[in-house]
Amino acid sequence: MTVTVDIRHELGDFALDANFESAGRLTALFGPSGSGKSTLISLIAGLLRPGKGRIAIDGRVLVDIAAGTFVPMHKRRIGMVFQDARLFPHLSVAGNLRYGRWFTPPAERYANIDAVVELLGIGHLLHRRPAKLSGGEKQRVAIGRALLASPKLLLMDEPLASLDEARKAEILPYIERLRDETKIPIVYVSHSVAEVARLASDVVVLAQGKVVAAGPTNAIMQRLDLLPAEERGEGGAVLDTRVLRHDEAFGMSVLGSAVGEIRVPRLARPAGASVRLRIRARDVMIATEQPAGLSALNILPGTVVAISPGEGPSVEVGIDCNGVTVLARITEQSRQALKLQLGSKVFAVVKTVSFDSANSGAGLPAEADG
Amino acid sequence: MNWLLDLTPDEWNAVRLSIKVAIVAMLASLPPGILIALLLARGRFWGKTLLNGLVHLPLILPPVVTGYLLLLTFGKRGPAGAFLAEHFGIVFSFRWTGAALACGVMGFPLMVRAIRLSIEAVDRRMEAAAGTLGANPLWVFATITLPLILPGLIAGAILSFAKAMGEFGATITFVSNIPNETQTLPSAIYTFTQVPGGDEGALRLTLISIVISMAALVASEVLARRVGRRMDIE
Repeated sequence: MTVTVDIRHELGDFALDANFESAGRLTALFGPSGSGKSTLISLIAGLLRPGKGRIAIDGRVLVDIAAGTFVPMHKRRIGMVFQDARLFPHLSVAGNLRYGRWFTPPAERYANIDAVVELLGIGHLLHRRPAKLSGGEKQRVAIGRALLASPKLLLMDEPLASLDEARKAEILPYIERLRDETKIPIVYVSHSVAEVARLASDVVVLAQGKVVAAGPTNAIMQRLDLLPAEERGEGGAVLDTRVLRHDEAFGMSVLGSAVGEIRVPRLARPAGASVRLRIRARDVMIATEQPAGLSALNILPGTVVAISPGEGPSVEVGIDCNGVTVLARITEQSRQALKLQLGSKVFAVVKTVSFDSANSGAGLPAEADG
Repeated sequence: MNWLLDLTPDEWNAVRLSIKVAIVAMLASLPPGILIALLLARGRFWGKTLLNGLVHLPLILPPVVTGYLLLLTFGKRGPAGAFLAEHFGIVFSFRWTGAALACGVMGFPLMVRAIRLSIEAVDRRMEAAAGTLGANPLWVFATITLPLILPGLIAGAILSFAKAMGEFGATITFVSNIPNETQTLPSAIYTFTQVPGGDEGALRLTLISIVISMAALVASEVLARRVGRRMDIE
């Protein structure tokens, strides 16, 4: 599944000039508001017609302005989840869910209503009216409605942006399940580092209507210069880990990853579950020898592979730990004191308590597991 | 009460005819009413102001003028009247169908206004959402827009019905005042007031007229509330 976009589109003063290709499971379009990511997703969905360019999915051309091709949105078979859910107020939840199925040719219906209802945990809502749902429930129903149209691609336009933190935490696990348990590729618009790091396999970074970078999530999240200033502290390494065991005595979980074991506060997930972990660069200390008498529990040996100046007094040091780069943000003064340079053998030190629900995928709430 | 319901056959006919004319006028106006309202609410075309003016004309012209224009156009010798009579066998002049046409035309601006307002209030983002789910524009209209404007449709229909029940000037000018054919309630009341001793009949029909109009209004309120509750729009 490959999404190919090469378009130019002007809206008043704003010009969007985007060219990228992505074959990821979940591609995040990431950038500050006004960077053009929502416009871009509207162009892929067919809600807008670009001034110039071409959009194709798996070789199927949806838009080619030069050739006069423009497939109308109802023929694209692209699902869309809007920021504001947009459930139909005159239909029940069940009616909303069934709506798209109706317009899908029987041979192309792959989505099963029971499976989708189960996946999203919305069985108890089926007979309700949309107006009676909470924001989080609405968004889950909206995701289900889009899925049941059996789309070839699912677009999600900041689906969590209008929700509070508790509701976000409620929905994130469902989106992870969607990514891991269905075969539909997803393009996900977001301006939140936490969401992108947790969900995306690939990231396309937009700024002022242009693609400034594209690549795998771990690589992009370590480019702190790409992150918005107020979120720069959120950047860092993104690791895919697995719960090895829980340490009930101390209320911790031990995660296995390519860089070795990592101890984090107790996660509500069973052993064996996969967890996306983000190690913020500002949470990483560097030691030049195996530390002793230190409270931090996670000590990862590695080699310095990159040093780049950061903002202010800081430098960003990339440490290769067993093939995975972990980013540390330290002061230039410390770098000189430690005489760090490319090839230095070091230890990356991360406190267990620096992990919280925002940077360690907390997983499905216990009641939804049962 | 007996006094009220003790109608002469002619009076009964006037009541029945009025209801028939009003219902036919209302139903026949609905499809063009929705279409014109849609054009005015959503369309961008040359002459939109002109169309808007034309639709509102019956509201501002003296009803007699509208009736006379209908007579010129749809009368036996009128261009539209002659054409319809010859090709489709539809005759308006001095028939109850003509009364329905006059009532429909007079109520049309009221109906279009109500529907247009409700179309303008529709959240078009809902329609876009339906489009991404695979519905083509016609289906979007049938399954999203139409249900969402239902309260406006009901309001427009009831306004048209009420206007038809009360229409007098255009009807009497176009199709005259023939008992059993074109004599609607207002015409019958008018006739009573023109003859000595007709007061009692005029009063009876007036009261009936009030009851029917009130009933229509209450019915529309109940319907609109039920639709509104069903949707429970945020």
